[in-house]
Amino acid sequence: MLKILHMTVNGKAEELAVDVRECLADTLRERLGLTSVKKGCEVGECGACTVLIDGKAVNSCCYLSVWAEGHSVLTVEGLKGPNGELSPIQTAFIEEAAVQCGFCTPGIILTAVEIVGQNRPYTREELRKLISGHLCRCTGYENILNAVERCVAENLARQNAD
Amino acid sequence: MYDIEQYYQAQSVADAVAALGRDPAAMPIAGGTDVLIQTREGRHAGCHLVSLHGLGELQDIRWEADGALVIGSGCTFSQITRSPLLQGRVDMLCQAVDQVGSPQIRNMGTLGGNVCNGVTSADSAPSLMAYEAELELQGPQGARRVPIGQWYTGPGKTVRGHEEVLTAVRISPQNYEGFSGCYLKYGKREAMEISTLGCAVLVKLTADRSAVEDLRAAFGVAAPTPVRCPRTEAMASGRALDEALVKELGQSVLTEIQPRDSWRASRDFRLQIAKELCRRAFRRAVELAGGEIRA
Amino acid sequence: MAIGISLVRVDARDKVTGEAKYTADLEPRSCLVAKVVHSTIAFGEVKAIHLDEALAVPGVVKILTYFDVPDYQFPTPGHPWSVEKAHQDVADRRMLNRRVRFYGDDIAAIVAEDNVAADRAARLIRVEYEAYEPYVTVEQAMAPGARAVHDERPNNVLAHSGFQVGEMSYREALASEDGLVTLEKTYRTQTVQHCHLELPTSIAWQADGKINVITSTQIPHIVRRVIGQATGLPWGSIRVIKPYIGGGFGNKQDVLYEPLNAWLSLQVGGRPVKLEVSREETLASTRVRHAIDFHVSGAVRKDGSLVARRCLANSNQGGYASHGHAIVANAINCFKQLYRDEKALECQANTVYTNIAVGGAMRGYGIPQGDFAAECLADDLARAIGMDPLEFRLKNCMQEGYEDPHTHIKFYSYGLRAAMEKGRTLIRWDALREQYRDQTGPVRRGVGMAIFCYKTGVHPISLETASCRMVLHQDGSIQVQMGATEIGQGADTVFTQMASEATGISVGKVHVSTVQDTDVTPFDTGAYASRQTYVSVMAVKKTGALLKQKILEYAGYALRLPVENLDLRDDQIVDTLTGEILRPVADVALEAFYSLDRSQHITAEATSHCKINTFASGCCFAEVEVDIPLGKVKVLNIVNVHDSGSLINPKLAEAQVHGGMSMGLGYALSEELLFDGKGRPLNPNLLDYKLPTALDTPDLQAAFVEIPDPTGPYGNKALGEPPAIPVAPAVRNAVLHATGVAIDSLPLSPQKLVEAFAQAGLIED
Repeated sequence: MLKILHMTVNGKAEELAVDVRECLADTLRERLGLTSVKKGCEVGECGACTVLIDGKAVNSCCYLSVWAEGHSVLTVEGLKGPNGELSPIQTAFIEEAAVQCGFCTPGIILTAVEIVGQNRPYTREELRKLISGHLCRCTGYENILNAVERCVAENLARQNAD
Repeated sequence: MYDIEQYYQAQSVADAVAALGRDPAAMPIAGGTDVLIQTREGRHAGCHLVSLHGLGELQDIRWEADGALVIGSGCTFSQITRSPLLQGRVDMLCQAVDQVGSPQIRNMGTLGGNVCNGVTSADSAPSLMAYEAELELQGPQGARRVPIGQWYTGPGKTVRGHEEVLTAVRISPQNYEGFSGCYLKYGKREAMEISTLGCAVLVKLTADRSAVEDLRAAFGVAAPTPVRCPRTEAMASGRALDEALVKELGQSVLTEIQPRDSWRASRDFRLQIAKELCRRAFRRAVELAGGEIRA
Repeated sequence: MAIGISLVRVDARDKVTGEAKYTADLEPRSCLVAKVVHSTIAFGEVKAIHLDEALAVPGVVKILTYFDVPDYQFPTPGHPWSVEKAHQDVADRRMLNRRVRFYGDDIAAIVAEDNVAADRAARLIRVEYEAYEPYVTVEQAMAPGARAVHDERPNNVLAHSGFQVGEMSYREALASEDGLVTLEKTYRTQTVQHCHLELPTSIAWQADGKINVITSTQIPHIVRRVIGQATGLPWGSIRVIKPYIGGGFGNKQDVLYEPLNAWLSLQVGGRPVKLEVSREETLASTRVRHAIDFHVSGAVRKDGSLVARRCLANSNQGGYASHGHAIVANAINCFKQLYRDEKALECQANTVYTNIAVGGAMRGYGIPQGDFAAECLADDLARAIGMDPLEFRLKNCMQEGYEDPHTHIKFYSYGLRAAMEKGRTLIRWDALREQYRDQTGPVRRGVGMAIFCYKTGVHPISLETASCRMVLHQDGSIQVQMGATEIGQGADTVFTQMASEATGISVGKVHVSTVQDTDVTPFDTGAYASRQTYVSVMAVKKTGALLKQKILEYAGYALRLPVENLDLRDDQIVDTLTGEILRPVADVALEAFYSLDRSQHITAEATSHCKINTFASGCCFAEVEVDIPLGKVKVLNIVNVHDSGSLINPKLAEAQVHGGMSMGLGYALSEELLFDGKGRPLNPNLLDYKLPTALDTPDLQAAFVEIPDPTGPYGNKALGEPPAIPVAPAVRNAVLHATGVAIDSLPLSPQKLVEAFAQAGLIED
């Protein structure tokens, strides 16, 4: 049951044949080699497979690939700058020691991209709610929140400076 | 890969109705957060799907001339929470669907799916019961409206016919204007949770804000289907805002609900939570309505 | 100096860019998939298994059952092997089993072209069982006449052990004086699971005359040995590769499905086979933390001195031995190692086969269970005599210089009391104890605490051995190869720092190989027991000294200077007498490689057989708010204080503590794998198994008392596991302070709290 799918992935137009039974996580991983998209539960309960579709975080494990027709998908492979420079969010995660085993990291970074992109301040409690769709067993979320908090603040400071 | 035997992407509601009509085994799918998970579990292995995903005509939120709010069944939970049309009018619903699953699930799951899966734990259900929402269905014979009070026929069962598509949820002005409400969800954790018990309390106060003019209390997971508490509502009508009423509300709802014992929670525990949530939701609703509860 | 700095993780860039490859990311093209068929009863025998319909499913390649596997019983725990039979782990399972010992036991395996075919086939396999009444609890399995789960243990007791400290028995101590206050209690801990985010996937294929297995494991060298023991293949014909792994917490300190996968690949001609274990299977059919019941008694004088205690601990092992009795034997050590009983301490432990999920290693290895019991008892005794629980601990806790009378492990460095004093200040203990006294109303606050101690590595109970290899590159950088594993805890980063310290090569020029390949990587038993920074780094230190000596010898030759006058500091060869920088090590390395006169490729390798051990310790202080009518506990403020010696990397140390505290909070409040009366797991998925989310987790504060340990390679001692230990009893004791209600079992779930509060008359109509 193959179907031709057109979508933009990390800024690049893709045209590929997918099985209609495939979830987006499998298509991204197996057909496009974007293995940052992790599978931890396959039922939308861990958040490791989170990608952004048109800027919104979704669990790509329970999203049929054919639904992405005409849409724009972002994975962390798409965050680096043209010369390989890291995005401010990636840098913050590194510097705040928000990364341990790294399995939840790509998904949470994408949720952070969505959060930061709202261009508004959040309380720490609001941030807790916004990242609550990601399970992490290593960090207790402490340094992840520090990193996201910092990204939100730095982004607003940049906006104000401009 | 999901064990999907047949897949059809509908191009319109009419197309979906026709596709469902052609295949007695077909089932609709919208956000996918229930259907796909159940397919993986094996419950719908080999399923035939008619996809409503992405249908623009189901994603509209309208405020009609008569004041009715019409929410397309394909709206995601996060669309509803963020809708400027709904905020300030049906805040309790906006807040309730903001407690479904996780942020990602709220970007995927739809109000229509939450209503059509017919489960008592659906976070939108108690609010929709309290707002006396009407459900708009499109079928081969045309459109019809079903009051939500007549929607549920049993656990996971509704009056929706096999060929019918839920197109919208309608809330009339007489059911939200002048009301303030609060939905409290009780779970073992604060996110990614299936409701252990959910309670929606909607109140309209008298003009001087000293007494209840209209009160509606609805529960999820307090019975096989979402339920209202008509006797409690009647008892509260016209009563002054005082602690005696708060206390009585908690005791009264216990006579109208039938939670069950399960490994997730005992009946007695759910009764205790229902009593307490109902009181707290009432206090909050009164506060939102500008009232004050006196000793 | 490379020690004590917060170097950013060496693997962080790979992990934020998605470049880090985990097992499933290394799947070769045209890989077959394997699916394990699990039993749907908890105890019994498979009488017949009908495969015809399943074999007819298009895409199914092969189905193998208990009937087909080689008849080797093998052990699974990640312990070093013992050449003495008496000390070998219990070998009580085959790769697929006809006798079913828990719900979800492995009876068959399907190899198919894709997961849809495998799943369809699995649903079509019909199994006929002779079902026995399963044993869910230790009491059921130990009851007279109970059927043996394993014929080798007719009474279902896998092992029993005990010890006594002091000159008299507990009874004699009670009779020896008047006026003692005594308590008898039962404290219970629940079954929980590791819930590492990465599932335990493996990929196996045959090539180069070997069976190759990529797997998400903490213990690659042990996996190789156990694949050999399970399949009968020579150990040297097995190659195990461990890439990045997404957490382990002890579950991957067990050999899980690697032997089966290796064998399955061989049954399909050596084609690559991916064996994915779903989240549901991981929860139900891999390993869990043992539920242990502690029946304890304690006697104190009214002045607060601890006179005597007694404990009987029964550990629910589940269907197979795995780490077995080592866990509960460790748990009862909490009683001995935390407090001084003036007259008597008696401890006994049983490990009992039942028919629930298999207990194995999990962060803390029995100590979280034992600490819960010991620290609930400490608070309950203090309360019984009206004493402040912190004062009770300061008065009775283990003192500086303590040596365990049986293992002879010592507190070579001792920071337990200092940790308590630090925690006291950080939480504002004295003010809050006073402030929260005698509260009324539906919402009340309290503050509680608990202490712990934890050994570093497994000596002398087991062998402690580790090797390291260092290779000098042409540019003066070094490659460091170790069998010790990075599993998310930050091992590669602190190894980098320690290798730098040992060699004089700067951290930027130290490349630690993160992938372990048993064909290449020197031997090490792996990541467990908070051992690697202690035991494995002893090998790093030894190898580093050797490498440095070889570099200096070559530099001496090249510079025509006596080697005793040379040192390597910050990538430079320096004159030790004048401090003068003589030559960059990069120049020496290049010359050594390509000299036409004397070409030498400088490498070093050493084994460290560690024969020492030391105690780490610490405490947790928690302030909570209890919503009595709803049974909800909100942690307002929590701090762990650790006595873990010198910190190698303070920022990563803090991060490690945060993660442990979060795991401890889940243990305290929400996590529990439940089984029905038939032994069927009720909640083996991440919706119903309540791992804390960000919204359930307060800000976590990590603090340290840094006292260098003289036995640690860089003054360090255990830190990996300890943070998870004291949290649950601290929270429980805080709830006791807030409400006066002692909850004696974990978790402190809402329903349990509401029932207890209702019984105590705290809930109004």
